[in-house]
Amino acid sequence: MTTAVALATLSPREISPGRRALKRLARRRGAMVALGVVSFFVLLALLAGAIAPYDPVATSWGAVRKAPSAAHWFGTDEIGRDVLARVIWGTRASLLAGVVSVSISIAFGVPIGLTAGYLGGWIDALISRMTDAMLACPFLILAIALAAFLGPSLTNAMIAIGISATPIFIRLTRAQVMHVKVEDYVEAARAVGNSHLRIALRHILPNIVPPLIVQATLAVAAAIIAEAALSFLGLGQQPPAPSWGSMLNTAKNYIDNAPWMAIWPGLSIFLLVLSFNLLGDGLRDAFDPRGR
Amino acid sequence: MLNYLINRLATIIPTLFFVSILIFGLQQLLPGDPAMILAGEERDPTVIAHLHQKLHLDEPLPIRYLYWAGGVLTGDLGESVRIQKPVLELIVEKLPVTLELAVLAIVIALTIGITAGIISAVAKDTVWDYAANVFALWGLSTPNFWLGIMLILLFSVTLGWLPASGYVSPFDDLKTNLASMIMPAFVLGNAIAAVLMRHTRSAMLQVLSADYVRTARAKGLDERVVVLKHALRNALTPVITLGALEFGTLLSGAVLTEQVFTIPGFGKLIVDAVFNRDYAVVQGVVLCTATAYIALNLIADVAYFLVNPRLRDAHS
Repeated sequence: MTTAVALATLSPREISPGRRALKRLARRRGAMVALGVVSFFVLLALLAGAIAPYDPVATSWGAVRKAPSAAHWFGTDEIGRDVLARVIWGTRASLLAGVVSVSISIAFGVPIGLTAGYLGGWIDALISRMTDAMLACPFLILAIALAAFLGPSLTNAMIAIGISATPIFIRLTRAQVMHVKVEDYVEAARAVGNSHLRIALRHILPNIVPPLIVQATLAVAAAIIAEAALSFLGLGQQPPAPSWGSMLNTAKNYIDNAPWMAIWPGLSIFLLVLSFNLLGDGLRDAFDPRGR
Repeated sequence: MLNYLINRLATIIPTLFFVSILIFGLQQLLPGDPAMILAGEERDPTVIAHLHQKLHLDEPLPIRYLYWAGGVLTGDLGESVRIQKPVLELIVEKLPVTLELAVLAIVIALTIGITAGIISAVAKDTVWDYAANVFALWGLSTPNFWLGIMLILLFSVTLGWLPASGYVSPFDDLKTNLASMIMPAFVLGNAIAAVLMRHTRSAMLQVLSADYVRTARAKGLDERVVVLKHALRNALTPVITLGALEFGTLLSGAVLTEQVFTIPGFGKLIVDAVFNRDYAVVQGVVLCTATAYIALNLIADVAYFLVNPRLRDAHS
């Protein structure tokens, strides 16, 4: 980072490292397409009420398991609900789960990792062992256990996923802080008498943001799959509210006579997760072009 | 060597301690009196009183933890309130099914992942490299429960080649067993293959530019010998140790895969336990998976240490 800052000062046009990374990102076609797909889903989620052709929970006994047609583009489900409307509304649950869970992980993980990395000593040892313990429990199994004890609901699923993903952020932040805290500019900040809190928040934190952004983007992808998985198992969004995972749970029982019920929600999860993964990879390459 | 082992073993004790606190703590998330919830719908006062006594619910929290941890150390993971069987017995009963699924999945993942990784590294920046990278992205982004449903649609519903669900023990009928396990094993192995491909690619790229590979080439060795004998052997070590960390993904994936293909394994046990509010089983399953993960990590670390002479020398 110091080298990057130094180069930026030498550059005739004074481009900040962040802006340079964004320029590099803009040149990556895959990442840009992914950004377009993510934006499309965000718009779907925001405008679901205006775009969805039908009420996502309205049943119609005259249109049970109808194949895709002009009236129902994605077909209908086992109680005559429009699959397209449910896929559109399901975007909201998925994106909400992705963003809220990762926000929970960051809100806990970054301050804890910062404390461990900056202070070191027994506090670091204690936090690291606790992080190891959480990482030893497989992500989804821990999320299932937490969701089971908290009770099944979308909110609890988001809390469960957020808590389960926290150790990844603790470990990443800690490693980054340990790397940055020995840099000359941190030494300089300490030498001029800045408080520990100020050094951590003003001098270290801004310099560890890029890897955190990359991790957050990839974590959103993992959280979306995890929410879909929990809803698929019946531990996330509760019926009749639409969610891609719970739609797949029902769809698997009708796979032989209504396969469209399974195709569209699954394809939506795949596209959204793929886009976040591509965007994360693009951001990583943009922030650290030597990495690849 | 001994020093290394002792140091490494010493680090897992606090980790196991915190794992036990975490899993014991899960019970505290239950709202209200755990005995009321564990007693089920009937809420029989005698059952509640019995549970209070059995779980030491009237004792302070640290004492309850000591009772619980003491039980765990002697192999007592509690009893399933629904099936009326010890949790450990249930786990041991279901474990072989998941183990078979896991082994098949690993074989598939290693075959696809390492082959794709080698091709991608050897043919860097060619169409093969892009294809392998697309495969990895696909593997990482496809929810395995959806992939399972789509494979059932293709191979069971449309083509009628494979059974959609059901499990037969390999000791009863190996052919039927393999026919019913091949789809779930592929579904489970797919995501891990993607991770292994990425690890193999980067390890191979690093090794292929090493001096000893250049020397092997300069000696006029056949490129196939250089890649498979000189490069791959050295690249595989980090791949295998990093692959061991995928054990968690494997178990998480098994929960969903077993649900899709109705396989009566470990994963189905935890999901059924969740819906039956059989909390002791949930805790038992999490404890066993975490302990297995820690043990596997330890084995992978020691194996890495043993096969890497530089690490060995540094410690001796």
